Amino acid sequence: MEPSLARYIWTHTRKQQLWIVMIVVLSMIPYFMSFDLPKLIVNGPIQGGGFEQPGATQPFMKLHYDIPFIGDVQFFDGFQLGREATLFALSMVFLLLVVVNGLFKLYINTYKGRLGERMLRRIRFELVDRVLRFPPFYFKRVKSAEVATMVKDEVEPLGGFIGDAFIQPVLLGGQALTAMLFIMVQNFWLGMIAAVIVGIQIILIPRMRRRLIVLSRERQLTARALSGRVGEIVDGIGAVHIHDTSNYERADIAARLGRIFKIRYDLYQWKFMVKFLNNFLAQITPFLFYMIGGYLVIQGRLDVGQLVAVISAYKDLPGPMKELIDWDQARQDVQVKYQQVVEQFTVDGLIPPQIEALTIEDPGRMTNSLSAVSLSMTDDGGAMLLDRVSLQVKPGETLALVSSATGGAEALAEAFARLNRPENGRVVSGTDDLLELPEAVTGRRMSYSSSDVFLFHASLRENLLYGLKHAPLTPVTYDGAAAVQRRWDVDEASRSGNPDFDISSDWIDYASAGATGPQDLFEAVRRVLDAVLLSRDILDLGLRSSVDVTRHTELAGRIVELRAALRSRLEQEGLSGLVVPFEPGAYNKEATIGENLLFGAAAGTELADRALAANPYFASVLRQGGLDRTLYEMGLEIAEQAIELFADLPPDHPFFQQLAFMTPEEIPAYETLLQRLKNRPYEAVSESDRAMIVTLSFAYIEPRHRFGLLTEELMGKIVAARSRFYENLPPELQNAIERYDPAKYIAAATVMDNVLFGRVGNNHPDAPERIRSIVYDILDKLGLYNEVLDVGLDFNVGSGGRRLTGGQRQKLDVARALLKRPDFLIMNRPLSALDQRMQEQVLRNVLEEARRDGHSPAIVWVVTNPSMGMMFDRVAVFDAGQLVEDGTHETLLARNGIFKELLS
Amino acid sequence: MLLKDEVGMLQRVPLFSGVEPAKLKLLAFTSDRVTYGAGQILFRQGDEGDAAYVILSGTADILVESDAGPIKVAELEPNSIVGEIAILCNVSRTATVRAAVPLEVLRIRKDHFLRLMKEFPEMTIEILRVLADRLSHTTAELIDARSAK
Repeated sequence: MEPSLARYIWTHTRKQQLWIVMIVVLSMIPYFMSFDLPKLIVNGPIQGGGFEQPGATQPFMKLHYDIPFIGDVQFFDGFQLGREATLFALSMVFLLLVVVNGLFKLYINTYKGRLGERMLRRIRFELVDRVLRFPPFYFKRVKSAEVATMVKDEVEPLGGFIGDAFIQPVLLGGQALTAMLFIMVQNFWLGMIAAVIVGIQIILIPRMRRRLIVLSRERQLTARALSGRVGEIVDGIGAVHIHDTSNYERADIAARLGRIFKIRYDLYQWKFMVKFLNNFLAQITPFLFYMIGGYLVIQGRLDVGQLVAVISAYKDLPGPMKELIDWDQARQDVQVKYQQVVEQFTVDGLIPPQIEALTIEDPGRMTNSLSAVSLSMTDDGGAMLLDRVSLQVKPGETLALVSSATGGAEALAEAFARLNRPENGRVVSGTDDLLELPEAVTGRRMSYSSSDVFLFHASLRENLLYGLKHAPLTPVTYDGAAAVQRRWDVDEASRSGNPDFDISSDWIDYASAGATGPQDLFEAVRRVLDAVLLSRDILDLGLRSSVDVTRHTELAGRIVELRAALRSRLEQEGLSGLVVPFEPGAYNKEATIGENLLFGAAAGTELADRALAANPYFASVLRQGGLDRTLYEMGLEIAEQAIELFADLPPDHPFFQQLAFMTPEEIPAYETLLQRLKNRPYEAVSESDRAMIVTLSFAYIEPRHRFGLLTEELMGKIVAARSRFYENLPPELQNAIERYDPAKYIAAATVMDNVLFGRVGNNHPDAPERIRSIVYDILDKLGLYNEVLDVGLDFNVGSGGRRLTGGQRQKLDVARALLKRPDFLIMNRPLSALDQRMQEQVLRNVLEEARRDGHSPAIVWVVTNPSMGMMFDRVAVFDAGQLVEDGTHETLLARNGIFKELLS
Repeated sequence: MLLKDEVGMLQRVPLFSGVEPAKLKLLAFTSDRVTYGAGQILFRQGDEGDAAYVILSGTADILVESDAGPIKVAELEPNSIVGEIAILCNVSRTATVRAAVPLEVLRIRKDHFLRLMKEFPEMTIEILRVLADRLSHTTAELIDARSAK
């Protein structure tokens, strides 16, 4: 990247900078005219200059110029206007100039702002583009948070500066120079005094600023390191808790902040010191004028008029000088920032752009063998991982790489995946060096999966399909406002040097997944998920999620059928007691009192959880049914029982999971509340205290908590209150609740709750497991399995996929590698988080799935257990960085060599 | 049956008879009330033990596997506890327990039980006392049996 900021800006914004200089110069004309005008108005019409005679007129807008050699040339005689008319006319001109000046300013500022923002966009894109082209080993040494903060924060001030980069010095320099010249014209020697002081300023101030530059560089580095550390804490939070090092982290962060504070404080001190000196120097000039000039006047060697003229001319100098110095400061600041960032992003061995060039058309299959030719690999510390290994993988063959602890098979897999560059030798496809093939070939025709999985913060589906998004394959046609927007996007992108690849195009390469389009892609997805044994997990996720009913219309539409199927199935198996269904006219003992009252799912915050008891409408319904007092007393009883049971336990005790009514933190609050409310009549208790207590009763389930608080009468009252609640539901609550209706899908509830439409009995052992397996079966029978799987695919995997288990992440990665149906499938111990039996099962499935429909990719699999070698055409054994044995499973077994040793 | 009745039941189990009622209430609250139909299995011989069961109502059979099929060796009455050895030490179940009639039990989870013992040493001492009693009983029986030979 261009190391000099000024040159970088000049290269990309030359034309715009010149244009804006021109506009600024042009804007000077009305600006100076507006200076002269007040004098004209005051002297002319107001004080009556030129209108001494009543009825006198003066020409208005008279255009005449004194052209050398020709003399005065009259272009326009002007209108003859009287005194008042002239006042109005001149005032109107003043107003016009105000508007024109304002418009110029608006245009200039907008233009400069836009110029800066475009450059910011360009530089940010360039930085990220470089990140995408960094050689793989570089990432072992940088912290992601530091790179992010460079792209986001450190270049940010550049945007503000770029618009002023050239115009400001030109303009201010011009102004300062004019003022200087003006002083010189008034009196040469006094002018020289001013010039000397300015000279001192120009020489001294930048020198003092050098320390500022050092400090601001330090500030930038320490701040960047801080964000790197914060990122590390977030990523490694598990390790922090496991080792009780949170206070070590606190100490480290506090020390860093202390250092940053010191640097910043130094910076301020120095900055204001420089400012003080600068102001002082600016003020010293008039002092010299008064003293020396005054002395000269007294001596009679200088005319008073001249001195006054010099002093009044001087007042135009400090302003521009100060701004110029400020500009210089800003320049140095951004220059430092820019250099710092550019240094970090200047890396040897960047991947050449043509390797990553956008390729829309199918790059064709890889039909040549993949070979390592006397390949040597080292790790980051320089230790030899592979020592001059040669090995050929023919298209279509399956090869197991078996490795002793120091074997180096993983290094070979990484070399095949281009994740590490060879120390010596090379990897070739046919005769082409693998490193010189475009990613369009290697990324589409080869797949790689390892135990080190990265997932994006997106849904399962997006992560799975990520491996297919190589290029915007289908051009999107826009019309109307969208077309205008798209044109604007393209134009702006090109102005900032960004590519205009359309993100809203369909990037998914259906053909490589063996599908023809979105309609049959799901089949391919389901097959790979089945192969890696992930479908069941995703189905469970689907059952636990709520559904977008506009998308999954079939599920919502057939919910009644599903519920009926579940009921009849439970009856058949004699398990009807397992689920107590919701019935509009009956109390459900296995559900909470709150659920029985609402008989619906809260869709907003108004009626959810703690807000329910405090809701005025809901409270009024309770009051009408005579429930308010009963539930209040019940809440008191629950509070007493809960406090009696749990008050002795530490707040982090696992038993608190059993306590549905309150959190451990709330116990002290309830203890004092209980003290306060004891023996106080119900009428004297405040609304908010009542709500605090009543809310406890809402979580009560008789068969589970067994406090003996639920009577037949109470149940009857609750069911009655339920219908009253819905009868007069105010309009603002209509959308806050979705009433349970046996014939309707409840969008606010999970799929499982929708299918059950009831509560699983609390006193049945292993009821949830039995119900789940029945539900799977019913979904399959009714053909809704795929639909729920599809719901599960919407699950967001969280940052780095951390909402999934390690095993699930690895399975997903293998599924992703498998989905693009590559010619070479490189698997580097991809399932290490699974147990041996499961690994073998998935391996068998993957081998089968990869070869479905006559497809025959070459499969290279670094196996975790040598016995897996049995399932491959060929086995290569590595020990101490050498390929020691190579042959079929049978021949290696017969040889009694190292393979046999590893097997035992 | 309410929580307080369960506490009464627990008090009648010799293992818990010396433990404070307040602690028993916590134990009961954190345990699950489970019902079994006649013939349903509570646990099988050889399974890993994860809970003890206090019979609240109904009866259950203790069965031991043999070559000729399961043999009933004892019957469990209300107020008795079963499976407590497995939650105190890591042994697998030594017998199968099957509900003879509709059965109601309190299922005390192993981790909850151990946690309570850790939290409340006085409870642990009571339980130790009962176990030591049983041990001395068994030792006396063993001596009797040896001397009778």
